[in-house]
Amino acid sequence: MSKLKEKIDSIKPKFEKGGKYHAFHSVFDGFYTFLYTPNETSKSGVHIHDSNDSKRTMITVVLALLPCCLFGMWNVGYQHHLATGESIGFINQFLYGLWAVLPQILTAYIVGLGIEFIVAQMRGHEIQEGFLVSGILIPMICPVSTPCWMLAVAVAFAVIFAKEVFGGTGYNFLNVALVTRAFLFFAYPQKMSGDSVFVSLGTAAPVDGYSGATPLGQLATAAGDQVQLTGVNGMPVDFMDVFWGLIPGSWGETSTFCILIGAVILLATGMASWKIMLSALAGGLGMAWLGHAFASPLYPVTMVAPIEQLCLGGFMFAIVFMATDPVTSCRTETGKWIYGFLVGAVAMTIRFYNTGYPEGAMLAVLLMNCFAPLIDWCVVNSNIRRRMNRVAA
Amino acid sequence: MAKEIRIKRGLDIPLDGKAEGEARRLRPDLVGICPDDYPGYVWKCDVKPGDKVSAGTPLFHAKEAESIKLASPVGGTVEEVRRGERRKILAVTVRRGEDTAPEAVIADTIAEKMKQSGLWSLMRQRPYDIVPAENATPRDIFVTAFDSAPLAGNVVPQHLMQYLETGLEVLKSLTPGNVYLAQRPDQGLQSKNAEILNVEGPHPAGNVGVQIAAVAPVNKGETVWALDAATAARIGKLAKEDHADYLTEVAVTGPSAEKPCVILTEMGCDLKQMLEGELPAGEHTRVIAGNVLTGVKESAENSFLRFPYRQLTLIPEGDNADEFMGWASLNPKKFSVKRTFPAFLRGLGKKYNFDARIKGGHRAMILSGELDKVFPFDIYPEYLIKAMIAGDYDRMEKLGIYEVAPEDFALPEFVDTSKEELQKLTRENLEKLRKDS
Repeated sequence: MSKLKEKIDSIKPKFEKGGKYHAFHSVFDGFYTFLYTPNETSKSGVHIHDSNDSKRTMITVVLALLPCCLFGMWNVGYQHHLATGESIGFINQFLYGLWAVLPQILTAYIVGLGIEFIVAQMRGHEIQEGFLVSGILIPMICPVSTPCWMLAVAVAFAVIFAKEVFGGTGYNFLNVALVTRAFLFFAYPQKMSGDSVFVSLGTAAPVDGYSGATPLGQLATAAGDQVQLTGVNGMPVDFMDVFWGLIPGSWGETSTFCILIGAVILLATGMASWKIMLSALAGGLGMAWLGHAFASPLYPVTMVAPIEQLCLGGFMFAIVFMATDPVTSCRTETGKWIYGFLVGAVAMTIRFYNTGYPEGAMLAVLLMNCFAPLIDWCVVNSNIRRRMNRVAA
Repeated sequence: MAKEIRIKRGLDIPLDGKAEGEARRLRPDLVGICPDDYPGYVWKCDVKPGDKVSAGTPLFHAKEAESIKLASPVGGTVEEVRRGERRKILAVTVRRGEDTAPEAVIADTIAEKMKQSGLWSLMRQRPYDIVPAENATPRDIFVTAFDSAPLAGNVVPQHLMQYLETGLEVLKSLTPGNVYLAQRPDQGLQSKNAEILNVEGPHPAGNVGVQIAAVAPVNKGETVWALDAATAARIGKLAKEDHADYLTEVAVTGPSAEKPCVILTEMGCDLKQMLEGELPAGEHTRVIAGNVLTGVKESAENSFLRFPYRQLTLIPEGDNADEFMGWASLNPKKFSVKRTFPAFLRGLGKKYNFDARIKGGHRAMILSGELDKVFPFDIYPEYLIKAMIAGDYDRMEKLGIYEVAPEDFALPEFVDTSKEELQKLTRENLEKLRKDS
């Protein structure tokens, strides 16, 4: 046994019932099980268990998010470089971005995990790992200039009212990260969209021709039937720039390439449903094609070709990381096809025809989260009906 | 005409320690029969310490159905009526004496003979997974000639094979419906009295519930009997020779077994005798009477082979493990059906050494669809589990609880990321449903 474990085991009794620090036993258990896999052996039923547990599940999802996260940090620095003309080099671009988003990440984790710890202690539960994923997702889907206090308020609201009141991880019916985003979007709209929030200028002055509008922002306000997307320095951007993610946006979700790496990790490890991803892609592509076929200058976003449409905004990020959240999506296999397809189709519909919202992915996933239990209910009921018919026959 | 059944959703857990070779005969000095192995009845003890018994003398009768007995598998002297909390009987033990002739079973009908000799109690009734009721007439009878559980051995001892057909004939007389004999296609059994089911695919292909579901699921109000082919052959021998055979072939298996082997012995054999030279010195070893999925944890001293009397599994207990940040482990020897661990890179044929740790904390249900992958029924397991947790009987019935037994939830319990005790949950709810009906 290692020295560290001996040491921890020796202070363990203080956190047990009747011990001096019993009030902190959930926190202690949380750290203890983080450091050492529990030695609890099976008491009933099967004698051996699969090695996968909740911690491994969540850490795998975080791993899948890492490419997007690291790219996003660099892109914050890169956009800063484009916007201000400061030439600072690759490493410094990354460090600039890291420095800009680190406070957000820390805020989300401290507030969210803090509430988790308190609730676990109140209920006498173990600490649940769900927020490990939410905590990194939340800053990634927010503009880089979101103030930390806003983030703290939104995270607290989402964790308490979208998760803990329902019983904690596994019981929520809305995706916690998206509830945070929606809270910010509706409570502080001027800080969540527009031309001034997606690029971190720092103290430097912008270059001539600077515009901080995201491609979807530009499209939403475009007039006429010819749209040329431009970067923050006023230069045109092409499809590959959009695919690689060299555009402004909520900082973690611009790179379709990195999202696809994440998708491969999630699918290869079996942590997300390929049915939801595929059907959401089909729904989005189908709707994008339909919208493009009936493109109208009244709705300028419909001018963009369907494939490019997919790479813009938060669509890909939402269908890979948000729609596939197993707790809030459909749980039946048939339901997953329906749910995914509708997420994709509704997201594009909102993006095209509701000019008040430049992007519809967030609202589409939240809306379908609400409908997921109904879809499942119908699927399960058809199974019940089949069984009842057999009995009657 | 044989019916082909192909199971797709399942898993053969690659556990190390398979037993090979010819069966070695072991004469037990002591046997014990545990009434807990026979759910559905309260068992009343018919003997007291010091009584002389023969092989086939009843040790217990069912309180609710006096003709149903549990018999002594050997001749000798009753040594102890072992009791636990609130004087509940845990086991009756018999010390083997001189080899005496087995007790002749005398009754008017074969069904009475089966009840008298204890062979009736080796059958199970669906729904509820209990010993069949006294006067029940089953819709169908399912006989299984193979075991697909991890490291399971042969089901029918060689010397009983010749009685199998007679046994099937007897069973055929007990049901207006069909008798089915499930086998692996390469076993090549034939029968005039039973319809052959050729079952392919991974575990739980050998679970009778899966076979029933593939032929005709059990509906509310119907009963189906299930037994293994060894018991069917014993019934055949009883019909021919008027005495019961209690010999069984036991595979001693598992990663901790020093020399995995096959033993031919009586049911309820003393484990201490069977485990001689098998336990690794100085390690915490878990002795499982049965397989790793459905067996019973027993101590190596003072305990007995348990129903269905076919297997022992030895695995490391693992309670003294010292695993630093296991959730971040890249160890390729940690098995998972998910590919979150690098074990999948090792390829399929590799064997693993499992210990008894549950390897995680208990959580609410998070991942979806993981149970379905090892649950080959037309049932939504997550929804059935939720109904069971909520105690909603009406919904359990609608979602198909009558079609399952606890053993069918063994693989889901193994893969479950949330580490819930699904077999226990299923047993508790089946018991409540049975008592209410």
